[in-house]
Amino acid sequence: MRKACLDMVHRLARTDERIVFVGSDLGAGAVDGMKAEIPDRFFMEGISEAHVIGMAAGMAMEGKVVYVNTIATFLTRRCLEQVILDLCLHDCKVRLIGSGGGLVYAPLGPTHEAIDDIALLRAIPNMTILAPADAEEMKRLMPLTVDHPGPIYIRLGKGRDPIITPVDQDFRIGRCFLLRPGNGLLLVTTGTMGRMALDAAELLEQRGIDAGVLHVPTLKPLDAEALNGWIGPVPAVLTLEEHSIVGGLGSAVAEILAESVYPVTKRFARMGIPDAFPKNYGTQASLMAHLGLTVASVTTKAVSLLTGRC
Amino acid sequence: MNTTGRPSEFSPEGSHGLDRRSLELRHLVLRAFGAARRGHLGSAFSVVEILRVLYDDILRFDSARPTWKDRDRFIFSKGHGCLALYALLADKGFIPVEELDRFCAAEGILGGHPERGKIPGVEASTGSLGHGLAIAVGMAIALRLDRRTARVFVLNSDGECNEGSLWEAALHASKHRLDNLTILLDYNRMQSYGRTAEVVDLEPLADKWRAFGFAVREVEGHDVAGIRAALAPLPFEKGKPGVLICRTVKGKGVPFLEWNAAWHHKNKASNEELAALYSALEVK
Repeated sequence: MRKACLDMVHRLARTDERIVFVGSDLGAGAVDGMKAEIPDRFFMEGISEAHVIGMAAGMAMEGKVVYVNTIATFLTRRCLEQVILDLCLHDCKVRLIGSGGGLVYAPLGPTHEAIDDIALLRAIPNMTILAPADAEEMKRLMPLTVDHPGPIYIRLGKGRDPIITPVDQDFRIGRCFLLRPGNGLLLVTTGTMGRMALDAAELLEQRGIDAGVLHVPTLKPLDAEALNGWIGPVPAVLTLEEHSIVGGLGSAVAEILAESVYPVTKRFARMGIPDAFPKNYGTQASLMAHLGLTVASVTTKAVSLLTGRC
Repeated sequence: MNTTGRPSEFSPEGSHGLDRRSLELRHLVLRAFGAARRGHLGSAFSVVEILRVLYDDILRFDSARPTWKDRDRFIFSKGHGCLALYALLADKGFIPVEELDRFCAAEGILGGHPERGKIPGVEASTGSLGHGLAIAVGMAIALRLDRRTARVFVLNSDGECNEGSLWEAALHASKHRLDNLTILLDYNRMQSYGRTAEVVDLEPLADKWRAFGFAVREVEGHDVAGIRAALAPLPFEKGKPGVLICRTVKGKGVPFLEWNAAWHHKNKASNEELAALYSALEVK
């Protein structure tokens, strides 16, 4: 997904002279193609995120469209005030590409685990937050980021994430869509968690539960109208995300649920990373399993939600 | 006992040595300050002469076209000193002078810190320190990419030199050899709590900037002719960003403000205090 994203930056920059790429201190060879072909608009600025965000804002104020890439935690936690003031207050066309959304960097520990990026950024006016499910969806969304007003955060998965979005699904910033229809329960996911939700839906089907999967690639602005349209008829909603249960997708959906009146009484639960710094290392998958994020646990949670035992 | 923080070598009270224009600009500052009865007055008086020279003699601008593409960019990074900026923007016709009477008012455009998009001539919203230089670096790079001759100026304070982000940006200004970027450093040696030497000593300040790859000049920051002369040859050195360290006096012109940390930010100023301010700055 990261490669697809950065390749798209390069491709878009070929035909649009406004586009500039800024990295902090990326791995050797990163974005080399663009560096070789368009060196004037390729910047590798070192480990100085506060500066990088301010510099990107200054470029954007002069009409550039700036794509910034580094590890997600450093783009959000390290320079949060620069993101808030330099980018969002000025409503700059800067696109933050956050590598390693969620627990991708599980072996490297809590300093590198982006478990609160959505929560931090969701609170900032003018920010748009995108979390695509796979590389193909990334390719479809990237051209739309060039002229979209204001700052954008693009949350990357691990890479080689399975392709789950339909090839003919037009991407529109601010829209969500069904990956699988179902009236018995709605699993609401974002980013790469769609795969787990689809697998859980298969298991639920074997148990006679018709579970739908709604993919929310734009966390802000949230497509509240469409969400309510899908949520309306189902008796239960379960959100699933690779992010803290505080302030992410689950919180955003809960806000909508709490302020809406539905013809069908709703049961609701959130699944995500508990409100604690993960203590284990291992792989992304093993840490997710340790924190209770598996196909089996989603299935169990869905059943208990429907039967009222949670 | 030295209660004001005034250095022992400081010159006699009352002989501020300001000419008519400097006094009249300070009156514009007082007009806004008096309307709200609040503001960072000392920080504003510290930079009046720097801004005066900048707007009178250095900056290329057209106040009727504040977004003219070839204008020089000026980022007022020490946003809390904005009363001085507002005085110059009014003086140069970016905003009506009457706007000063609505400083900090609900319906006004002049807040306690300046905002881009609200105030013509303001290039960046500032207030939290340590942001302006990085934005300026981005602007200077973008202007160079577009082959524009416009230059970028930033006013930083000495207090801002406490911020790591400023030094990050300094590294990059130097890396990119931005000789279209010049910093005006308001070195009044005071910050909110007291003397910079006591809060966190910045010396040797000029050496620090030199070590970061800047061409450095130093000047007395209320000497109009001196500032003008210092900025006459720009860039200071080809291939290097520049910094003009301006040795200033916080509260310059009003003896009871000078070197007085109690006047870093004032609110609810009384009629008596306002009268005393005007009296100290009487135009004779």
